[in-house]
Amino acid sequence: MKGISYTASGRQRKERSIRLVFFAIALASIITLGLILLFLFMEGLPIFKKVSVQDFLLGKYWYPTDDPADFGIFALIMASIAVTGVSAVISIPLGVLTALYLAEAASARLRQWVKPVVELLAALPSVVIGFFGMVIVAPFLQDVFNVATGLNLFNAALMLAFMSIPTICSISEDAIFGVPAELKEASLALGATHWETIWRVIIPASISGICTAVILGMSRAIGETMVVLMVAGGAAMVPGSLFDPVRPMPASIAAEMAEAPFRGDHYYALFATGIVLFAFTLLFNVVADYISNRYRQVGAATL
Amino acid sequence: MNKTNEDIQWRRKLSQGIMFWFFRVAAIINGLALLIIVYFLTAKGWRAINWTFLTQSPMDSMTKGGILPCIVGTLCLSLGAIIVALPIGVASAVYLNEYARPGRLVRIIRLGINNLAGVPSVVFGLFGLAFFVVYLKMGVSILAGSLTLGAMTLPVIIGASEEALRAVPDTYREASLGLGASKWQTIYRVVLPTALPGILTGAILGLSRAAGETAPIMFTAAVFFTPYLPSSIFDEIMALPYHIYVLATAGTEIEATRHLQYGTALVLIVLVLGLNLVAILYRARLQKRR
Repeated sequence: MKGISYTASGRQRKERSIRLVFFAIALASIITLGLILLFLFMEGLPIFKKVSVQDFLLGKYWYPTDDPADFGIFALIMASIAVTGVSAVISIPLGVLTALYLAEAASARLRQWVKPVVELLAALPSVVIGFFGMVIVAPFLQDVFNVATGLNLFNAALMLAFMSIPTICSISEDAIFGVPAELKEASLALGATHWETIWRVIIPASISGICTAVILGMSRAIGETMVVLMVAGGAAMVPGSLFDPVRPMPASIAAEMAEAPFRGDHYYALFATGIVLFAFTLLFNVVADYISNRYRQVGAATL
Repeated sequence: MNKTNEDIQWRRKLSQGIMFWFFRVAAIINGLALLIIVYFLTAKGWRAINWTFLTQSPMDSMTKGGILPCIVGTLCLSLGAIIVALPIGVASAVYLNEYARPGRLVRIIRLGINNLAGVPSVVFGLFGLAFFVVYLKMGVSILAGSLTLGAMTLPVIIGASEEALRAVPDTYREASLGLGASKWQTIYRVVLPTALPGILTGAILGLSRAAGETAPIMFTAAVFFTPYLPSSIFDEIMALPYHIYVLATAGTEIEATRHLQYGTALVLIVLVLGLNLVAILYRARLQKRR
């Protein structure tokens, strides 16, 4: 008797320690995120001994290698926002419409083919899309629109759009799929057409999920590096037109880090740019998380 | 009266037709984008690919020769990333799905995972440089690159593993527990084996993601050129994605090496899309079996 009760408590102890091990490992993501923040700030903050936060964020001139150097990333921030905004104009309608197609319009057979296409589009390495934009799309744009260089804001936005469409599409599709069938059936039974049901019932019911999808898609676009590095043109100017070459934040970091002297001002400034970029994506993610929790679809009763 | 009614009906049908046509066009545009990219890279790249291209090192300041070191480098990095991310990712998913009770703690962990998934790739590069390369003194090496890529792949693996675990019916767990197995025995002997195919699919997708990434390895593992194949995890290496970038933007003769660029890009997408196709087909088979 004694032996059995002993093993039972030993077993419980073992179970508890296993549970603890899994808990500790589950913290890895949080710890990594914390380390990312810690090291970004450690290597980025020293630049603010040289320039004020305001001058850094709003300074119009980015001449990191001049003497004296100028570390103002306003043009880089505007470039990132412009590229992301233009890409969103392309990717939101295409992504959401494709999601509606997959969830509502496509037959099971076609769905079987279109879904993998979207997944493969998501799988294309960014450097390949950047390369494609550089050697195929850029000369094409240069000819068609008769602009000075095909490596510009529009080209980068176009390439980014196709990188964020899969994100927007797959998350929207999940949201649309999650709309309770009785809502749809009720609308159809009242005599609404399928499209009227989609527009008046299904989209309103899944709008929080669609918003989350759009925000996460834009977060992907603003953080994407290789495409803007290869295709955006690289001029550190506030863009004035759709066909201006620009230098978004990730491009600047990736292009200059190799040449920046280790722990020099330029190096610190690039890490500080990384902090700003991280802040943007963090903001997008927190907003997306808030929307999906605050306006969670719970069921028919919420509408 | 009747006529206007018919008119309205007709208009409703028309607007439905138009919108559904828009849906179809959107789907077709996606397909075309994929097709065009793959077509151009294949049409211009396949000529560059031959046995020498795949089995030699670059020569004459990278204007001739092959890409063997890049292929080996990319395989090392992506396998390294999976070795790092798979155990941690699966264990995290097991905790979240099997052990954790919903509450603030789980919410924080999930928020962490979601935000880690949203960190820009170049920021992972900066992190890898500051933490692995400099602070932990690993230098520019396969190890530092694999760890950086591993951190980036972690959310992908966790997501896929959780989905696989969720798909295991509760009756399996109840049956095992009912027979007297402990929670851990149930997870180890029943839940994980059942979820294994789904987890593997996730691992393949993580592998392909790691293989295609450039920005995280730019400062942590990859170099312009090294004629040698790596002999230890502390060696710096060449990698396919970085090689494409270097040849296309910084090479000595960008125009003259165009065919090499196309060839390298083709090898990379065959590798990445191939892995994805395997995962997609495997998953389709699994779903059919269920």
